[in-house]
Amino acid sequence: MRLPLIIALVLAALVTASLCIGAASLFAGDLDAGFLIATSRFPRTAAALLAGMGLALAGVVVQQSVQNRLVEPSLIGTPESAMLGLLAITLAWPGAPIWIKMCSGALAALAGMAGFLGLARALPRHDPMLLPIVGMIYGGILMAVGLWLAWVTDLMQYLGTWRLSEFSGVVQGRYELLWGIAALAVLLYLVADRITLLGLGETQARSLGLNYGQTRALGLGIVATIIALVVVTVGTLPFVGLVASNIVSRWRGDNLRANLPVIAAFGAGAVLAADILGRLIRYPYEIPAGTIFAVAGAGIFLWLLNAAPARAHD
Amino acid sequence: MIEVSNLSYSAGQAQILRDISLTIPQGGITAIIGPNGAGKSSLLHCIAGLLTPSGGQVRIDGLDPFDAPHRDRARAVALLQQTPRIATRLRVRELVAFGRWPHHGGRPGPEDARLTEEALATFDLTPLADRSLETLSGGQRQRALVAMTWAQSAPWLLLDEPLNALDPKYARDLMERLHDLTRPAPEQRSVVVVIHDINAAAGWADRVIALKDGEIGASGPCNDIMTPATLHAVFGMAFDVIDHKQRPVVIAR
Repeated sequence: MRLPLIIALVLAALVTASLCIGAASLFAGDLDAGFLIATSRFPRTAAALLAGMGLALAGVVVQQSVQNRLVEPSLIGTPESAMLGLLAITLAWPGAPIWIKMCSGALAALAGMAGFLGLARALPRHDPMLLPIVGMIYGGILMAVGLWLAWVTDLMQYLGTWRLSEFSGVVQGRYELLWGIAALAVLLYLVADRITLLGLGETQARSLGLNYGQTRALGLGIVATIIALVVVTVGTLPFVGLVASNIVSRWRGDNLRANLPVIAAFGAGAVLAADILGRLIRYPYEIPAGTIFAVAGAGIFLWLLNAAPARAHD
Repeated sequence: MIEVSNLSYSAGQAQILRDISLTIPQGGITAIIGPNGAGKSSLLHCIAGLLTPSGGQVRIDGLDPFDAPHRDRARAVALLQQTPRIATRLRVRELVAFGRWPHHGGRPGPEDARLTEEALATFDLTPLADRSLETLSGGQRQRALVAMTWAQSAPWLLLDEPLNALDPKYARDLMERLHDLTRPAPEQRSVVVVIHDINAAAGWADRVIALKDGEIGASGPCNDIMTPATLHAVFGMAFDVIDHKQRPVVIAR
């Protein structure tokens, strides 16, 4: 069977399951199934797919940009930076429209990544694990600043919704911003070769005629926007980018022209599966998809640390 | 022809290259030799337009590598850096095909595919074409990288220590291949290569540029440079030079 067909079948099965599973039964007849699907189940399913796709793509772009496959946005403080931007705009302009908040989050995420790249330049490159460790400390510091700021300004509740992804609150009218990720995914696909070239390292990529600085800025700009979109609509999910891009890379290599769609589909499917699992484990109560993914993702991350020795960087 | 005039390069406080002027005529192999820290690699990167000099200028067949659009520059000069850190998992054919990127910018045509296959064949990589770079030995990977640089079809090929990971047989094969490909027929390209192994330079180079402390210690035809007096002046140690099949062989005394 061809790969696209298999991917389509798996995603279709997950989507069907997601539309059917929930606290209320579609088939009990005491409510309008069409209405339920249109206002709640479909938005929730689409939100999980879009967020998963975006986070997976963001992961691979960050990895290519720093030539280290043990990092992803949530391991280098990007969601935390976005949250700081969201806190700042919420304080400065409480009634701002959501897209303004999103822009503030994206700019802060970009600044946060620039800060991390500055730190990364000072690090010796022989040990690939140094980068995620420093990134986690950096993210921890940013989060501490965010927590303090939210605490003294009584915004802890906001921070809570941004910190852990949860799809149960997604209804029609409250997730549509996420469709922006679909547009960004198309844009990334158009520059897939350039993102692959980033992975060859600055000197070699420039020798091949790539405008390295511009390409990296474009890639990280897309990452910042994706992260801000995800944080502001459903909250951040750790490890998606790390898991999706590493598994696809081990399986099919890093030629992104061929593999970006596979990575996107993998991320989308994995997050939707985590959300479905979260609905089933303690039915009819729910466990947030972010929690499910954090547990599974941490395990896979540990496996990668052990299974990816020198090759991760050499 | 590569023309370098009054080129200087500093990294932070350290002045790496001082007021270098040289011309490299088309064709053949030009080797840049010199002690560690003499600035060989910096000179190569400056010529390729990848390091910005603090003064002076570079012209590659009349083109200013610092001013030209990136892809124009990449079609005029191709550089392979010393042991590049390739974290990316690519197959050999995918890597070599990226050599064509400055020509097609993302939309490869049949000509690009043909030249990719030709580069693979030129460096005996056709049997390895579908292997992942990760599964190759250091020497095979180095050949794949040289083939990628070759596929760039630039008239000037700049190689920084290409023999580093190679055992003697592959080192000889590569230099022999480059030697043949830089003759007037069938296709004349020009190779500038940084080599720390004096005998690799002595054995294959047509011309030699010897750097010392960021300046040109000596430059000229290989046989003129490979003399005990000149080598002593550049490396600060005594050498014997003997003749073997019309090529100089340098022995540290």
